[in-house]
Formats: sequence, C-alpha cells, structure tokens
Amino acid sequence: MIRFAHVFKDYPKGAALKNVSLHVAKGEFVFLTGHSGAGKSTMLKLLYGELRPSSGELRVSGFSIGDLTPDELPRLRRRLGIVFQDFRLLEDRTAEENVAFALEVTGARADAIPARVMRVLTQVGLAAKALAYPQELSGGEQQRVAIARALVNDPTILIADEPTGNLDERATRGVFQLIREINAGGTAVVMATHDLDLIKQTTYRTVELREGTIVFDSGVDDGAEADEEDA
Amino acid sequence: MRLLVREALQTFRRAPLLSALSITTIGFSLYAVGLFGLVAVNLREALRTVEQRVEVVAYLLRATPPETIAQASQDIAAFPEVGRVTFVSEEEALKRARLELVEFRDAYRDLAVNPLPASLEIQLKEGFRDAAHTSAVADRLKGYGFIDDVRYGREWIEKLDRLRNIAGLVGLTIGLAFAAVAVVIIGVTIRITVLQRAREIAIMRLVGATNGFIRGPFLLEGSLKGLFGGLLAIALCYGTYLLFRGQVELATSGIVFLKPAQVALGVVSGVLIGLGGSLVSVGRHLRNV
Repeated sequence: MIRFAHVFKDYPKGAALKNVSLHVAKGEFVFLTGHSGAGKSTMLKLLYGELRPSSGELRVSGFSIGDLTPDELPRLRRRLGIVFQDFRLLEDRTAEENVAFALEVTGARADAIPARVMRVLTQVGLAAKALAYPQELSGGEQQRVAIARALVNDPTILIADEPTGNLDERATRGVFQLIREINAGGTAVVMATHDLDLIKQTTYRTVELREGTIVFDSGVDDGAEADEEDA
Repeated sequence: MRLLVREALQTFRRAPLLSALSITTIGFSLYAVGLFGLVAVNLREALRTVEQRVEVVAYLLRATPPETIAQASQDIAAFPEVGRVTFVSEEEALKRARLELVEFRDAYRDLAVNPLPASLEIQLKEGFRDAAHTSAVADRLKGYGFIDDVRYGREWIEKLDRLRNIAGLVGLTIGLAFAAVAVVIIGVTIRITVLQRAREIAIMRLVGATNGFIRGPFLLEGSLKGLFGGLLAIALCYGTYLLFRGQVELATSGIVFLKPAQVALGVVSGVLIGLGGSLVSVGRHLRNV
C-alpha cells in the first residue's frame, strides 16, 4: 500500500527526511508522531504527491511518487482521502456541496452524486446539517465534513495531518472514533499527531520521527493485512 | 459541460464586486484602444476624402476626332489604376471656368474664340491615389499622340503620401502601445482573480481535480469577462462618438463610428484577451503550486 525505501527529502535550508524506510500494509493504522519540524508533514506531503523524494523510492497505492506524471497526480489523489488540521473546506459552499465537489471533479455521474454524498454525511453523523455552511458548524463538525469529503471517493488510504489539532477534547474523541471506524472498514490510515493521549488509547502502530529520521517504530499492527504487492 | 458553466457563473455570484471590477478594468482598457481606433478611423476617413480629389487631367489637341477620344477613353478606363474617365469638351470647360473663376467672368464672356482645350479627367481607384501610381498613369497618357499635356499636382500628391505614411506609422505604434498596455492591465486583473481563488484551486487539486478541470471554469469566466468588457468598451466608444458627433467636423464629412466588422473585432479581442489572460495566469499558477 505504502512503501518508503531509503527516502531522502532535501530543502534548500537542509534535509527534512533522511533515509526513511517504512512499509504500511493494506488496512493498517499508523500514527506518525514527533516534535514540530521532525518531518511528519513532509512525509505526508510525499504520500499525496505534493512533494517528490530527493532520492530513494516511494510507492503509494501503485504509483511511484518520484516518477509521478501530471496525469497520474489526480488519479493518485482520487485513491486517497486527505484531512487537515485546518479542515480546508470551501467557505462559500454548504457541507453537502463541499462533499459533492470531490465527486464532481472525478467526473462522477451527476444523478449518482446526491445519494453518495448523503451516505457519507450520514456516516460522519452530519446528515442533518447537509445544508449548513462551514462557518455555521463547530470545529468538530467541520472536520467531519472534511472527513466525509475524504471518504466519498472510497479511498484506499486516509491521510490525516493533525486532524484533531484544532478541536476540543470532546470533538477530538468523536473525530478520532470516526477515523477508527473508517479504518475498521478496511481503509489504511496514516495519521500525524502530537496528541500522546490518543496514541495511548490504542495499540495502533506508532512511528516516531526525529530530525527527519525514524527513531521508533512499534511494529506492524496485528490487525493489518499483509500486502507484498502494492494495490 | 453543465458543471463547467455552473462553476464559471458561480464566480460572478460569489464575488460580484471583483467580477465587476475586472469587467470594468477590461472595459476601460479596451475603451482606450477603441478610442484610439475611433480617432485613427476618422483620420483615415478624412485622408480618404482628400484623396478623392486626386485626379489626372489630360488636355487634348484641338480637332481630335470624337471617335478617337471615345476609343481612348475606353482604353484608359481599362487601366487597373483608373476608376473613372470623364470627357470634358471645350464648351464644358468654358462653362465651368465661367462658373468657378468668378473673377475672370468678364474676360471669358467677351471671348471670340474659346481658348480652353477639351480634356479627359481621370480619377484613380482607392489604393492607387499615391504619387507612384499617379505618375505611372500620367506617363502612359503622354504616349497618346492626341494628348497635348498631362497635369496632376505632383507635389501635392507627394505631400499627401508623406502624411499618409506618417499617420500610418504613428497610428500603428500608438495603437500597439495602447493594446500592449491593455493586455498587461487585463492580465494583472485576471491574475488577481486567480490569486483570490488560490485556496479553492489548492483544494480542487487535493481532491483529485485535473488541471483541465480546474482551468475550464477560469477560461470560460475570463472569456465572459472579456466579452462583457468588450461590450462595455464599445458602449463607451459609442457614447463618446455621440458626444462629439455634432461638434467635430473633419474635412467635408462629419465623424464616423467604427464599422460593424471593427466593432465585432473589438468584442472578439476582448474575449481573446480574457481567454488568453486566463490561460496564462491559471497555467502559471498551476505550474507553481
């Protein structure tokens, strides 16, 4: 599903990742942790093709990120669900429209869109607020809309960059529970977080980064399926 | 397609002020070009009116047989440069002289013999009313044995030529400069629109939109803004034309408005500048993100 092999990422001011090797299996849940500047966001950006490795090989869902062509980038992203700390919703569209948008860009059939949107909004518990605009929703609700948008294309991997970073404790619990449920449905999750409490609540695999290097890996989660070949 | 149109039109609904500002900027930029075009067209029209006076007069020897004159008139009318050949008899010349040269009216009245020769007045076609063509026609006319003398006001035509060349060169330079400024201003306006929607573009890319999908609504939006800006420019030009029509007289005719084809060219230019500006701005933005 995801395979980093001796990946380096250099910025003009220095190296962000140094010789990172990591394999994430289908359906696995991986916490990515470490201090600010440790390289978590760089790893995630590499996963969704925002950045390219300086050297080494990175394969995600069958795509070689280093050799990604402009045509392949949208195809890769349609297989991924991406969630950010700041939600990144379109402020001038309702919850429903934000989710539908992710389907529309893929060229999905217009008559199939409303049902699929409602299905994921129901899944994240926001069916009743489908017509609300982001500014009318709480932080936790906005993150649920973002998760619904990430889910609507049935991704194989959910990438979450500090998804609970802006939420209060109650909303954090709700959003984390939702992500766990998504993982239980078979979607691999890579979640960057500072929140040690969340990590301690589960037995999920935890990878810790320090100055661009993996300094700790708790090992493959028992619940994950083995996948030698990238799907 | 429906999605493309919806997304493009939503921009006007979501950011009406910025859209209106873009259209106004495009409109006024093209108005400056259009205004210059209006001046250029009227100057050319004035020159054309003056040019119509360019003619070659061939004076005929006395007692030239009428059939020779008729045959020669037909031959001369067949010259590629010649538009019309008019035969002026000796009597007609005298009648005209009496009418036009009022101060010599008495002298002409008491004449025992008409001293004025018959002539052929040769008007040239548009596009041939310059010194080179006029001189060539005059030289050919001199070859006819019954033609005594050929006159065409060489110096005056040469001056007209110089004026036409200077007007053309200045017009082209200023016109291009105006057009370039308009393109730059419109480009900046469209760039602002793209930057204003940078966040939206980033989100579109994150959810897997192709560059073509992102570009489409921008191109349609840019074209529509260009279209509305072009129409605004034409309306402003027409308003200016109406304002000055009654007050300005050039040569013998009043000022004229742009021809329908020139109006269409202005609007199409607006659309193309809007489309091109969007293509460049979005393309550059997509390459950089």
